Amino acid sequence: MDNAKAHKLKKNKKKEPPEDSGPSVLNGAGILINTLQDLEVDTIFGYPGGAVLPLYDKLFDNHDINHVLVRHEQAGTHAADGYARVTGKPGVVLATSGPGGTNTVTGIATAAMDSIPLVVFTGQVPTDLIGNDAFQEADIVGITRPITKHNYLVDDVNDLEQVIRKAFHVATSGRPGPVLVDLPKDMLKTEGHYSGLRKVSIPSYSPTEKGHFSQIKKAAELLSDAEKPLIYAGGGVVLGKAWNELTAMAERHNIPVTTTLMGLGGFPEGKPQALGMLGMHGTYTANMATTECDVLLAVGARFDDRVTGNLEGFSPHSKKIHIDIDPTNIGKNVAVEVPIVGDVKQVLPEIDEKMETPNTDKWWQVLNQWQEDHPLKVPETEDTIKPQQMIEAISDATNGDAIVATDVGQHQMWTAQHYTFNHPRSFLSSGGLGTMGYGFPAAMGAAFAHPDRTVVCITGDGGFQMTPYELSTAVEHEIPLKIAIMNNQCLGMVRQWQELFYDERYSHSILKKGNPDFVKLAESYGAVGLRATTPKEMDDILQQAMEINDKPVVMDFHVEEHENCYPMVPAGAALNEMVLEDK
Amino acid sequence: MNTTQKPVQTKEQKHTLSVVVSYNLNALSRIIGIFSSKGFEIDSISFGSGKESGLARITITTHGDEQIIEQITKQLHKIIDVVTVADLTYESFVERELALVKVKASNSARSEIMQITQVFRAKVIDISPGKLSIEITGNRDKIDAFIGMVRPFGIIELARTGSVALKREFNGSV
Repeated sequence: MDNAKAHKLKKNKKKEPPEDSGPSVLNGAGILINTLQDLEVDTIFGYPGGAVLPLYDKLFDNHDINHVLVRHEQAGTHAADGYARVTGKPGVVLATSGPGGTNTVTGIATAAMDSIPLVVFTGQVPTDLIGNDAFQEADIVGITRPITKHNYLVDDVNDLEQVIRKAFHVATSGRPGPVLVDLPKDMLKTEGHYSGLRKVSIPSYSPTEKGHFSQIKKAAELLSDAEKPLIYAGGGVVLGKAWNELTAMAERHNIPVTTTLMGLGGFPEGKPQALGMLGMHGTYTANMATTECDVLLAVGARFDDRVTGNLEGFSPHSKKIHIDIDPTNIGKNVAVEVPIVGDVKQVLPEIDEKMETPNTDKWWQVLNQWQEDHPLKVPETEDTIKPQQMIEAISDATNGDAIVATDVGQHQMWTAQHYTFNHPRSFLSSGGLGTMGYGFPAAMGAAFAHPDRTVVCITGDGGFQMTPYELSTAVEHEIPLKIAIMNNQCLGMVRQWQELFYDERYSHSILKKGNPDFVKLAESYGAVGLRATTPKEMDDILQQAMEINDKPVVMDFHVEEHENCYPMVPAGAALNEMVLEDK
Repeated sequence: MNTTQKPVQTKEQKHTLSVVVSYNLNALSRIIGIFSSKGFEIDSISFGSGKESGLARITITTHGDEQIIEQITKQLHKIIDVVTVADLTYESFVERELALVKVKASNSARSEIMQITQVFRAKVIDISPGKLSIEITGNRDKIDAFIGMVRPFGIIELARTGSVALKREFNGSV
């Protein structure tokens, strides 16, 4: 039986309880597997090595956990991240010690910046060799300390089960984030106690979920009296599963909503209240509304510099309400009048209930006028493909229903602007760390989680070349992933900045000379490669690609090389100082 | 009215934070990591096992305006191993630091140094021809003042701990 079929069978197989549900004595590897099964982990992205061989030996006989052999641990971590973003369940990674562990670092930092629940298991040299510069030893706990929510080194096999349960609890509760568990090889081989007890106790850790009553009341009063209210929705809406609550509130009170990059999909863009994304490449209306509003309700957002632009000019006339489960986010960059620490899913309906619908007719007249005067532009051509056209074509070909992962750069911003996101957990992008090489493996992780949904990776010729080897994994598992390369023969966003701010001195940003033939590259892995250089060809290959359902497709779209992404707020400028088009 | 600006820079003030953590070196590393990665300042830090087994008390003295101190306390509290964070600054608290000072003491200077030591209620703990070692405890200012007094004689070596602090229960004077 090939692996892809095995994968599908495992998906459908009913969950069986762990081998032993009562207290029992097992070796560390057995304890780990049992605990993972008890925690309903069905997929692990991993790569074997000496330090984790006892665990791989156990996995040989295990048919309940689907282990995906990635080709690089960085991609494995991004894949687990993608899996977590689309399911809401923690992504699980397994890597060996030393280089295996260090290869996960970029993926962990990416997840940390975007608050994605991951549990990363790394092998470690046996406890008696730790600190001796043993072969493949690295202080991975030390290395990952600043980029994890928490991390553990297991030094007693009898702690192993509790540590794993704690790791999952910490990763998924409160503000989610990555947790690393370092497993010395002897811990996996020694026998220890498995209890099956599900209770987790961490006395020093209890995130505040319920918002403060009087703050909620104040927020409701401010919103009721607002003349120009605005909701600024961040990734917390998606992570906190609060999209229904947000939509209900915005619709009932007819309050405009602007979303951050991480919040895309948290509010359906088809709704009349949607103003689109705000920030550096946000829409004119969203940025102007942020500047002009009198009450700003920030929901699960962290006032990132890519959103606020120059802090002094950020929403200067508004009273601000900020709901966030992480108290450190509140008041960090911007002073707020009403801070509410809590779970957005719980707090939003409470505000909604207590507030009265403000009169926003005049405000909507202004907003509508802005939208009419400055819509996002999609240039239409017949000979060359404009990047914006490419995104719209993909949006049309997938009815806006696909899971879309991007890399970082111009294509990412164009995707955010021009793909119509109507569903939460459908947009995967490295918003915080801005990781190139994220898109393709993350899309692959999403495809493992949702084999029934269309998954598209929109990437650039630069970003794709950071993790193209994962085509090998995707082909092995017959994943019908659609990879759309926006090929402008350069690092587009770098080139754009060099054009605008560095006198067109294109220092090391042009890839043209060394770019591979992406069609042949795809074919060499056993995937399908397609190329388009005109809008007509673009539509044709998209149609072809959508019909392929047993292997990945790489679409090489040669787009207009000099197109720039607008609107753009230059770094350090205020949101209302947007540049709308090329001079 | 512009309400978005960061709060008007309040006066930088010295703060003493008392942090209870689960006893492991990882927790200490994480705490120091917060300071180094976020650009906060540590004036002194002391770490020792606490009253309850498995817990340790860390005393950190730092400085900054209100917004910075608020972020520091929030960030510390966010660390999973941290049980409590108390900013003692606005409360009445007792604070001590220990310093060991080895001073050059010629025959003619020795009695004068010993007098200063007495005035500061410090203790001579080692004596040899030409050298005196003195132990002094007290708050930071007192120790600074003592060091200032003996510096002219020539300090050979100096070791001082960070501050350790506890909330004061008795509010009279001792």
